[in-house]
Amino acid sequence: MTAARSARYRSPRHRQSIVRAQHFGLYLFLFTAALFFSIPLLIMISTSLKTAAEVRAGSVFALPVEPGFAAWTRAWGEACIGRTCEGISAGLWNSVIILIPSTVLSVGLAALNGYALSLWNVPRAGAILAALLLGAFIPYQVMIYPLVRMASTVGIYGSLPGIVAVHVIFGIPVLTLIFCNFYKGLPPELIKAARVDGAGFFRIFRRIVLPMSGNIIIVALILSVTGVWNDYLLSLIFAGRDNLPMTVQLASLVGTRIGVPEYNVNMAATLITALPPLLLYLLSGKYFVRGVTAGAIKG
Amino acid sequence: MAVGRAGKRKWSAGCTAVLTLMPTVVICLIAYYGSIGWTIGMSFTTSGILPKYEFAGFDQYIRLWSEPRWHTAFANMFIFGALYVGGCLVFGVALAIAVDQGVRGRNFLQSLFLYPIALSFIVTGLAWQWFLNPTVGLQAFVRSLGFEGFVFDWLSSPEKAIFTLVIAGVWQSSGLVMAIVYAGLGSIDSEIWRAGRVDGIPKVRMYRRVILPMLTPVLLVCVVLLAMNVVKSYDLVVAMTGGGPGFSTDLPAKFVVDNLFQRANIGLASAGATVMLLAVLVILLLSACIQRIRKARP
Repeated sequence: MTAARSARYRSPRHRQSIVRAQHFGLYLFLFTAALFFSIPLLIMISTSLKTAAEVRAGSVFALPVEPGFAAWTRAWGEACIGRTCEGISAGLWNSVIILIPSTVLSVGLAALNGYALSLWNVPRAGAILAALLLGAFIPYQVMIYPLVRMASTVGIYGSLPGIVAVHVIFGIPVLTLIFCNFYKGLPPELIKAARVDGAGFFRIFRRIVLPMSGNIIIVALILSVTGVWNDYLLSLIFAGRDNLPMTVQLASLVGTRIGVPEYNVNMAATLITALPPLLLYLLSGKYFVRGVTAGAIKG
Repeated sequence: MAVGRAGKRKWSAGCTAVLTLMPTVVICLIAYYGSIGWTIGMSFTTSGILPKYEFAGFDQYIRLWSEPRWHTAFANMFIFGALYVGGCLVFGVALAIAVDQGVRGRNFLQSLFLYPIALSFIVTGLAWQWFLNPTVGLQAFVRSLGFEGFVFDWLSSPEKAIFTLVIAGVWQSSGLVMAIVYAGLGSIDSEIWRAGRVDGIPKVRMYRRVILPMLTPVLLVCVVLLAMNVVKSYDLVVAMTGGGPGFSTDLPAKFVVDNLFQRANIGLASAGATVMLLAVLVILLLSACIQRIRKARP
């Protein structure tokens, strides 16, 4: 640091104006960033409330003159996906039907696995966890075709059990890691005492470990629900034509090009698909952040 | 007697742990490594519509590298990758530092910067496609303001469409970087800040010279996560450009899926998938090396 520069920092008036400029710059940056993040969502909402004529006539930033939910009802029950014109409501039901068993199974199994790996002396526990996690890092494309063959050999390809199995298989590693990290933090005396008292593996899990896992189960559930709900590729390939979830239906709805593209309906359908995870995010706040960062930081 | 019984209990309980663990672990490992091995195997065969186990050496790889579409996809992975990872990192770190300055409305801002992570890449892609669509989106808006000559047609331009993917990707993922880095900033000892203040070091320099170097491991985690997203990128391309115009925004992930399920080129797709696998392994090895070098340094 040169003498002149350090002197500049010492002059109080100069320093004050620098601080003020920095302050201004900081808020300007945050304001611009806030705009960048909110504009796509605001535009989607405003477009979905317009009529088709209004969308064609006005600009994206123009607010709807007579906001209405006509596009939403069309997206829900009338919009054409390929040749069937029943909207994406069927996709919602399929998404829910896929979601419930997938998340319950993967969180349940991951909790048990994490408990076994962290609190019991399973030989090579670290290697097992590492092998699981490495598998979860490999892109689906590398495994997808053999998995299709395996699933059809077992007889579950293109069915509800098929897509649920695939979701569980790919969901387990990161969830197991989260449970492992959490259970490692529990006081070991607790388990030791229970073992001396003669309690077995499942009894300790049910009576001692599970009642303390409330928060971490919420974190894991949120992570799992968003992952399964937002999945596209796995559902497209494994779910079969009768079980296609909302994301897949949405992509084909927007891709259906019969007549003039109805942007307002497309945006309403997009919002309907995005709403469940978005609500989950808004309601769960801190848990959600913990979920997306937990796997990242300790992994 | 009593001791013996307790010992037996302990042993059988440990056994239960292993037995509980085994089914899921075995199924997962077979599903992962069995299919990875299978795919690598198929890349050395003449498989077309159906797998055919006829050894073909490196024929599929030679075919792969003679396909212009693969060349575009492979090059795009690096262009998109560099800009996406760099963009998310710079923007995410800037956001984390900015919200860490004790600004008003911090919680609200953080939620706002992070909400795209709750969305599917399909949703993100559709939202940005609508906004950047030249005939109805941003370009039309600026023109309607009177700037008739304004051009922002990246989405329909073969050379620039890849940059629209970068914009949407950065929008989706920089919140994650912000969350991770913000957590890292919180874990920095306040003594370090105090020492900096005592020495009269300006904040900006503290961040650049002291704080960010301390956060290197955290930043490395971000880079690995983002790089994985790049190799996996499929949904975003499908929703936003469909790989077009032409094949100009194709990525390896899309090339492989198209060749597997639409063009029935299983051998070729497996060769492409194997290259993707190598890309992931290179990323993981590089990050492991960097970590080791950092640890070895005093």
